[in-house]
Amino acid sequence: MSTLFSKANREIFTGPLNLNNPVTAQVLGICSALAVTVQLEPSIVMGLSVTVVAAFANVIISLLRKTVPSRIRIIVQLVVVATLVTLVAELLKAFAYDVSVKLSVYIGLIITNCIIMGRLEAFAMQNGPWESFLDGIGSGLGYAWILVAVGFCRELFGAGTLLGIQVIPDCVYEAGYVNNGMMTMPAMALIIVGCIIWAHRAINDKQKK
Amino acid sequence: MEQMLSLFVRSIFVDNMIFAFFLGMCSYLAVAKNVKTALGLGIAVIFVLLITVPVDYLLQTKVLGPDCIVEGVDLSFLAFILFIGVIAGIVQLVEMIVERFSPSLYASLGIFLPLIAVNCAIMGASLFMQQRIGMEPNNSQYIGNVGDAVVYALGSGIGWLLAIVALAAINEKMAYTDVPKHLRGLGITFITVGLMAMAFMCFSGLNI
Repeated sequence: MSTLFSKANREIFTGPLNLNNPVTAQVLGICSALAVTVQLEPSIVMGLSVTVVAAFANVIISLLRKTVPSRIRIIVQLVVVATLVTLVAELLKAFAYDVSVKLSVYIGLIITNCIIMGRLEAFAMQNGPWESFLDGIGSGLGYAWILVAVGFCRELFGAGTLLGIQVIPDCVYEAGYVNNGMMTMPAMALIIVGCIIWAHRAINDKQKK
Repeated sequence: MEQMLSLFVRSIFVDNMIFAFFLGMCSYLAVAKNVKTALGLGIAVIFVLLITVPVDYLLQTKVLGPDCIVEGVDLSFLAFILFIGVIAGIVQLVEMIVERFSPSLYASLGIFLPLIAVNCAIMGASLFMQQRIGMEPNNSQYIGNVGDAVVYALGSGIGWLLAIVALAAINEKMAYTDVPKHLRGLGITFITVGLMAMAFMCFSGLNI
């Protein structure tokens, strides 16, 4: 067990969560993410789906990496990812129908999420299954926490609720507080992500010094 | 005809791939540094969309839909795999054509040309098309035949091109401004796109 959680492996897992975050540092996978962050619940489900797909796609490709000729590897990767995403989509339809309706086409768009393809190309093609699994989980969670942070801000300020439960008390509204409708618009997701990236880079820079 | 015109205009301005759905952001953010490259990528995306969306439309209505091949069998869960296969194949084709006829564009697009295959705008257009087939015929977003699919593909492609060229032009000017150090690059680009998206929101009441 000790080799499974050695220092190098722990770094593989924690790197993408902070310093090497796929969204803020590597600029990957923003595409399908932002439209689902109007509320907290779809953001969490989306983040988890991406984590699951990234982890298992990484493991499968890492197992296949020696048998697949490099000329057709992109097609093989796409097929593996598309199969996993189909599974996730069907599972969501069966067990969490409401959320799957809210996510609509964005579940299918996990296939074209650059984080997954990027990690397959950059990591799973060179490393063993266990390291790849950790890397997939780490990258997925690194992406998920950005989504959850954006979803948190947008639902809290846009609707005054979290996970559908009202958190801003009525007396605040009576005192003249109004929900910021702008937060539910697509444009604000971009601006919030911009600010998160700003803060994240500034903090990381300070730590390096 | 009227329906097609409405679909076309709406897909450029109201349902803009980037400003309304955030699709295709990755290559969008990376390539949008100079106008010429952005224009080349935009045209490549329009071309790929124009082929993939009608092909996927035919696949969806003639092969995958309920009762198409065998009575009582709905194959639409296979849509993801088939759509991505069509897209990857056509991107390969476009790559070969561009390499043959415009080596300079090929060199400047670099890795982003093969990456069109994983550009969310392309896959997104096919998935939205799939969703819109099931809508009411009197809905202005309804796609009812191959012609509609072509018009929708062209509209979304032009909308994407418009957005990426506009951002590239802004980024060229941004090089001369004094942006806070940690906001430079990605951060300020996001905020710019956010402001552009707000500007595009004024089209949302558009009705033809």
